[in-house]
Amino acid sequence: MIDFDRKEGLRYLGYRDVQPDAAVEERIARCAADLQAAAQPKSVFASFPLSYPEEDALAFAGVVIHSRNLLRNLKGCRRVYLMAATLGIGPDRLIARASAVRMSDAVIYQAVAAAMIESYCDEVNESIRYEAGRDGLYCRPRFSPGYGDFRIEHQHDLCRLLDTSRRIGLTVTESCLLAPVKSVTAVIGLSDTPQPCHRRGCEECKKTDCAFRR
Amino acid sequence: MNITERLGKEWLFFDGGMGTILQERGLAAGELPEIWNITHPDEILSIHRAYLDAGSNIINTNTFGANALKYPENLREIVETAVAHAKEARRQSGREDAYIALDIGPTGRLLQPMGDLPFEQAVELFGEVVRIGAAAGADLVLIETMSDSYELKAAVLAAKENCSLPVLATVIFDENGKLLTGGTVDSVVALLEGLRVDALGVNCGLGPKQMLPIVQQLAKVSSLPVIVNPNAGLPRSENGRTVYDISADEFASLMAEIADLGVQALGGCCGTTPEHIRKMIEICKSRPFVPVKPKHRTVVSSFSQAVEIGKKPVIIGERINPTGKSKFKAALREGNIEYILSEGLTQEDSGAHILDVNVGLPEIDEPAMVAQVVTRLQSVLALPLQIDTSNTEAMERGMRLYNGKPMINSVSGKRESMEAIFPLVKKYGGVVVGLTLDENGIPDTAEGRVQIAKKIYETASAYGIAHEDIVIDGLAMTISSDSSSALVTLETLRRVRDELGGNTILGVSNISFGLPQREIINANFFTMALQSGLSCAIINPNAEVMMRSYRAFLALTDQDEQCAGYIAAYGSQLAAAPQAAPDSAMSLAESIERGLRERAAEAARTALQTVPPLELVNAELIPALDRVGKGFEAGTVFLPQLLMSAEAAKAAFEIVKDAMRGAPQETRGKIILATVKGDIHDIGKNIVKVLLENYGYQVLDLGKDVAPEVIVETAMKENVEMIGLSALMTTTVVSMEQTIRLLREKKPNTKVVVGGAVLTQEYADSIGADCYASDAMATVHYADSIFG
Repeated sequence: MIDFDRKEGLRYLGYRDVQPDAAVEERIARCAADLQAAAQPKSVFASFPLSYPEEDALAFAGVVIHSRNLLRNLKGCRRVYLMAATLGIGPDRLIARASAVRMSDAVIYQAVAAAMIESYCDEVNESIRYEAGRDGLYCRPRFSPGYGDFRIEHQHDLCRLLDTSRRIGLTVTESCLLAPVKSVTAVIGLSDTPQPCHRRGCEECKKTDCAFRR
Repeated sequence: MNITERLGKEWLFFDGGMGTILQERGLAAGELPEIWNITHPDEILSIHRAYLDAGSNIINTNTFGANALKYPENLREIVETAVAHAKEARRQSGREDAYIALDIGPTGRLLQPMGDLPFEQAVELFGEVVRIGAAAGADLVLIETMSDSYELKAAVLAAKENCSLPVLATVIFDENGKLLTGGTVDSVVALLEGLRVDALGVNCGLGPKQMLPIVQQLAKVSSLPVIVNPNAGLPRSENGRTVYDISADEFASLMAEIADLGVQALGGCCGTTPEHIRKMIEICKSRPFVPVKPKHRTVVSSFSQAVEIGKKPVIIGERINPTGKSKFKAALREGNIEYILSEGLTQEDSGAHILDVNVGLPEIDEPAMVAQVVTRLQSVLALPLQIDTSNTEAMERGMRLYNGKPMINSVSGKRESMEAIFPLVKKYGGVVVGLTLDENGIPDTAEGRVQIAKKIYETASAYGIAHEDIVIDGLAMTISSDSSSALVTLETLRRVRDELGGNTILGVSNISFGLPQREIINANFFTMALQSGLSCAIINPNAEVMMRSYRAFLALTDQDEQCAGYIAAYGSQLAAAPQAAPDSAMSLAESIERGLRERAAEAARTALQTVPPLELVNAELIPALDRVGKGFEAGTVFLPQLLMSAEAAKAAFEIVKDAMRGAPQETRGKIILATVKGDIHDIGKNIVKVLLENYGYQVLDLGKDVAPEVIVETAMKENVEMIGLSALMTTTVVSMEQTIRLLREKKPNTKVVVGGAVLTQEYADSIGADCYASDAMATVHYADSIFG
């Protein structure tokens, strides 16, 4: 059972500060219940030492990443957690099924599932925060491939390092998309000092025209 | 001695963990373990030796992740050295009795349509490994840790097609007894028995304790030897590392419990060590060995469901069939797969257990259509399919691409038919419908039909196809031409059940052909057939009168515990009935604006009694849609409502179209929609489709992950003036650009509109699109501007 942020789901459907009418509300409740039954949330995370081999690059577990945005996010960190989370193939199938018969349900599934995977990531993030806290370390906001200039091609590296296909059934397509679709991978920096912490990396993103930017 | 001579007849023990031991010896996270075949040969050799010394009968080569995706340069070397190390270990340890299993794990990619790896490419990836491994001297193929039944099928086919070694397969279940893609013990066993592996089972994922209920079920349903290779408990994260907790002693005693469940081969997986295996063998080898027994179950399966035939009667939905259906024929000709999908989904909702799939029309390429429809159907619904065609090539395409053990419709007592179909059943698995007719036609006595049934059983047996994989069709022939025909059919059912111990099937509604009010005859004959032992009924599950007969029969024959199914179906209808006359005064326009699909259809039906169809469309339907569209653009109507209104309008359009039957149906223009190559997110494209269709455009929906060539070829062939392309990520916008470039080259006068999350006006301009659509309505406006 995954909680999800209802407001977030509504935002994905385009509702901003507006309450949907009763018919839509009822649909959302039904779709959310279907998704709860279909989702098989699974996650995996592991920590790695972080190094800075060049001025504008960072590296962990043999992977070198050139990304100013990620560098800024990780400034001062000497370790990272990598995490991957997925709702499994169930939501993808629900969306595919609805697309064939009732597109209005498909967009609701899509929005609610997107909110669900974010909430699930928050949950996983919380476990990481707890584990890091035991070692006296603080988490930076999680940062995913595709945010800003953190190239989406690094999905392959994150999934390989976490062995996600075997452990949680999360795969990467040739064009660097995650499959199942309702999945997230992220890097979470660990530092010795606390920072006013945003839960997500949106604020770090340079894509200012993104429709879902807060 | 060949392993197949020992498998299932005596205890056989596999080895234990490989990857987890390599990690302990320094394999880094993310490093490919198979590289160690080349860089650390001594380590690999010593692990194999340790397992052989511990007493393993079968050792697995270090090739779990070896495939051309991960080793594009040196796959041959990786696999050959792996087999060589295992052979060398066997020689050094003097265990010439031991067997070397070519270990094959998943590709690490998700197959289409949920992922992007085509089924046949998966078969080829596995096939390559099998060819190298078999040539290098492996004794058997072990396919393991499979979490997707479709990939599992690809791997088994690859093994069977590329070597003659025994093939064993084990899968990974979670605590709920499910594969990652939803399969159950029963569905996996059906699939693997159908594909005729030599043994099957479970590995990884769980410790022996959590595996107990899964193993119990495996032993209960499998007619093949069962293999159990658990982890050393559940994984736990410790300082960012994965550890397994169960000691060798604890593992061994738990494995002894598993040994007593009637399984035939034992070993370990992640976290287990030679010590675990040594102790396990020590305890288990003296446990009483129970050879595997045939279970004689008739089962078909989908990716996630198994349907057993012969217990409760099974409903097979007959609606995916063009016979006598002009709309269905049109959908086939136009390649309108969505229509076929919705026919399937409706039957699933109505309570069908299996769906018959017949998409044969003289003027279409049937093998290609079967392939497309089977693939699409199995991506949206969970019911097993019955592939129904007389075209052998189409049958093979369907069976090959089918994600499960299908039902096959059909074979007859004709020699030619059996020679064509039985080899396919032998190869791909399936439960096949045997029609009781042969070269001499349809016998008009039950005796004649029973004789043909016997012939079908005997011939199948000669091909190695078991009695339980045949379902005999007693042939329902209309009573309007021979009034005794129902009696002959019913007697055939009884005799096949009682004398041959067989399962039966009927196309029930044939019985009333040529008569008025056919449902009266059909429903009553259905009850009689069920009473005569009918196992599978091919009917229209949307016909309530048939489902009433079915549910009543189950309730009356003690097959519906506490009448729960009956009450669930009909208990609430009484309460709902008085509500049937609501405030039905709602206008068509209002029903559309409020997004009420059923109301809109009803309102259209009512209005058409007084208003001509075209006037209704122009005065009510289109204006209502426009108001909703404007509201969407103004930010007062939101996406779900926009689509609900579109669906309501569509339902009304269907009614109007029916009213205008005969009149030429005009479309405002033909538009191709596609999600580009590499992209598997098709929601945006599907939203646009719904709206364009609403506004009277004919949409050729090419689906997702569509190659530029396919889009351009279709545009040329169909002479399409406008194309809508969707892409979600920067990585796939590249394919969008390629598509536009190819289109400019081959069909320069075509307009292209693009949309998707990362696109902007500038981005659209830079890749040469004619229009950037920020939302679905924008595409409609653009189409209006093109087609006027």
